[in-house]
Amino acid sequence: MAKRAAIVGTGQTHHRSIRRDVNGQELINEAVTRALADAELTIDDIDGVVIGNMDHFEGINYVDCWSIDGSGGYLKPTIKLTTGGTTGATVAIAGYHLVASGMFEKLLVIGWEKNSESDTTGAIITCSDPVIDRVVFAGAVAGLALEAQAYMHRYGATPKDAARVSVRDRRHACNNPYAHLRQEITVEEVLNSPILSDPLRLHDMCPRTDGACAVIYASEDVAEKITPKPAWVLATANRHMYSDFTDVLDVSSLHSMVGASRELWQKLNIREPLKEVDVIELYQPYSWAGIIWIEDMGLCPKGEGPRLLWDGVTDMGGELPINPSGGVIATNPIGATGLIRCAETVLQIQGKAEARQVPDVKLGVATGFGGCFWTDMIAFGSKKPN
Amino acid sequence: MGDFWSDAEAIIHESCIKVPYSWQAGETASYFLTQLRDEGKIWGKKCPCCKKVLVPPRKSCPFCFVATDQWTEVSDEGVVESFTVVRRDTIIQPKKAPFAYALIRLDGADTGLVHVLGEVEPEAVREGMRVKAVLADDRKGSLLDIAHFKPVGS
Amino acid sequence: MDRVAIVGIGQTKHAACRKEVSYAELVYEAVTLALKDAGIGISEIDNIVTTSNDFWDGRTISCMATGDVSGGYDKNISCVEGDGTFGAFYGLTRILSGSYGTTLVTAYSKGSESVSSLITNAAFDPIYMRCLGLDMVSACALQARRYLSRYGISEEDCALVSVKNHGNALDNPNAQLGMKLTVKDVMNSRMIASPLKLYDISPISDGACAIVLAREDRARKITDKPVWVKGVSFCADAYLLGDRDLSECRALEKAAGAAYKMAGIRNLKKEIDLAEIYDAFSYQELLWTEGLGFCEKGEGGKLIADGATAKDGDIPVNPSGGLLGAHPVIAAGLIRIAEAALQIRGDAGAMQIKKDVRNALAHGVNGVCGQSHCVWILGQN
Ligand SMILES: [Zn+2]
Repeated sequence: MAKRAAIVGTGQTHHRSIRRDVNGQELINEAVTRALADAELTIDDIDGVVIGNMDHFEGINYVDCWSIDGSGGYLKPTIKLTTGGTTGATVAIAGYHLVASGMFEKLLVIGWEKNSESDTTGAIITCSDPVIDRVVFAGAVAGLALEAQAYMHRYGATPKDAARVSVRDRRHACNNPYAHLRQEITVEEVLNSPILSDPLRLHDMCPRTDGACAVIYASEDVAEKITPKPAWVLATANRHMYSDFTDVLDVSSLHSMVGASRELWQKLNIREPLKEVDVIELYQPYSWAGIIWIEDMGLCPKGEGPRLLWDGVTDMGGELPINPSGGVIATNPIGATGLIRCAETVLQIQGKAEARQVPDVKLGVATGFGGCFWTDMIAFGSKKPN
Repeated sequence: MGDFWSDAEAIIHESCIKVPYSWQAGETASYFLTQLRDEGKIWGKKCPCCKKVLVPPRKSCPFCFVATDQWTEVSDEGVVESFTVVRRDTIIQPKKAPFAYALIRLDGADTGLVHVLGEVEPEAVREGMRVKAVLADDRKGSLLDIAHFKPVGS
Repeated sequence: MDRVAIVGIGQTKHAACRKEVSYAELVYEAVTLALKDAGIGISEIDNIVTTSNDFWDGRTISCMATGDVSGGYDKNISCVEGDGTFGAFYGLTRILSGSYGTTLVTAYSKGSESVSSLITNAAFDPIYMRCLGLDMVSACALQARRYLSRYGISEEDCALVSVKNHGNALDNPNAQLGMKLTVKDVMNSRMIASPLKLYDISPISDGACAIVLAREDRARKITDKPVWVKGVSFCADAYLLGDRDLSECRALEKAAGAAYKMAGIRNLKKEIDLAEIYDAFSYQELLWTEGLGFCEKGEGGKLIADGATAKDGDIPVNPSGGLLGAHPVIAAGLIRIAEAALQIRGDAGAMQIKKDVRNALAHGVNGVCGQSHCVWILGQN
């Protein structure tokens, strides 16, 4: 019989641009140790391990096998998933299915990356098809710049609107002791930062970070014994709908977000997400996503994203706070990034988010973005689902 | 294979992915490697739980999931537990074939170390053979600061 | 627990080089065959799990290439990195979780496009091991020596595996290396890394495999020959070669024990009729048969010498020819599941063993020297 499943413990490293004092296995170990401590469990309680990262950022093949020294997976089932930037959300969704299947009772899920160890762009351009795309069009910044240009052209938004998103997330990050970039910036500073790919400037983009995140899933049989406030998985949905960047024609919308969010709201029986969701941790690798993608998610009609931002609706204290943690603009250990979105949402539901706590969170949504404009989504709730 | 294919030319797109890496060894492996480089010493780390001396040293014990806490110097001599004589060349092997790899248990260590053997005819390598580390002249903070292991007494 | 069955199977012809197709097209070939085998269209596939490996493909986010050819457009989809048996495991749990009624699982490799020693060298720790230049072959040679010496198993015993599996591959229309060999041929083949000789080592192939898993109610509608998933488990051992006794396979013993328990298997010899296992090297078939409990420790050589694992033996192992017959790396374990399922259906053609196959075992491996194993028990009912 299928089981209900919840996250009952979370742990993350203090994210930094470079962690010279630890190797990858040791970085993983830090997050795992903290997650176990949070759930007051030991490694002996854990039935299995799910791990994810992006191979070419560290150049290690068979990471599921290599990571055993740090993950505690010795003589346990260990499985690896990888889907690019969505990896952290992908492992979170996998953790849910593995526990919900009834085959695992307490499962450890890990996302990690040591981005300082390689040339991030050098590695990421190899995601494009080697014969066609890679020769003409590749790299994370270029594709996102195209999306921003198309959106500006179609809806009349400006780089100043996007800058407001960076300002929000960098301000939020100051409340998060684990965040990588913890200094406020102003709209002017964003608009005057070095240009990368028109219209994107340095402070529109996420950093690259060394960091790891671990969460512990538990089945309904034990979740409430482990913590008084499990964060129950209510629904998951994802779309990885394109294979080549040149497949994506209308780039003023994130089609995968449109598809995944419609499915998620339907599963949750939600009609007005802006009113019904209490907090969102959005995998937002660049500022414009904080406008374009929340429209695609259905928080407001297309073209009205900037208004939501300037009205403070998505700020702390607003109607629907987005990225209380400071989000990806502040912290981005890529393979961990999606899982950090989940862990932060869980902290909100558990009431353990301290200075970044949104009051009375009953329903939170975490997202992942990556690959070829892909989206993964997962909804957590304080109430055990029926 | 369609009919069309029989007339089409097979294009092979030659490429290579090149990503530079700078792997951070971390404090534990850094101590091990600098001691090997500067002092020519081989250190293990002991697990407080299973009491195994792990060589190469790990910050936490892979078997017990607890932090290792005691640096322990081990011998530069040990026993060949298994070996293979490689007869084919690859671009990554540090020596030209034929040469032998061995899984070596150093005296004082509870885990095995893989390395290459030298100063020995491949045909003469045996399990149970005692071997000793030979340091490289030019040491850079890598496991290859041990040039190879040679039979004891040779 | 809900029951899940394999209701569709497809695999490509495996070859040293399939230069007329890209690896995405290779996957499409296998998916098309699996859907045809199931007699369903892609619209009846609820969700997809692809299996791939960025190193073998020379591509970050390698699963980007195989989503649309697996029918993943506008559907829920994920990707496991590792052997296809692990991908199939995740696909199974996505049904058991109550989320989906059917899962399409795909796996592929195009070994011809890169250099296997470089790719497998990347599995060694960059700080402690990689500079030594080990690859899968030289590391497994260390394991082979340790295993053979500990139990007094001869290189001729290993050669018997090569003779059997290359011979069985002659009956497999998809295999790459069907050969009639003698023990002498194997013993006289070129030494690569002692004690491993050329014919002890599986080739690296181009090929893909796809299966369709379905919940019982859906399975009954799709086929009258469902192959039931009765037990499955996986487990990983310690990482560094020196942390393990390479002549043992504790992770496999654990995975197999859990899979047998789930399947309610009490008497292996009576209840398991056939096994498709991960013979990347000839010695591995012997070592894994021990880990699976087909014989006592150290008796793997005797098991094959007695003919027990031959096609007409008590417990036929790899009637398809195994990995020695064809080895598209990441797909290798999923192909074991496919071949075991075909035997249960009685659809294995010239490979079909004589006795009725009620239960069959399939096995996949991740990592170096069998660090991580996945074991499946499939059955008629
Ligand atoms: Zn220990």
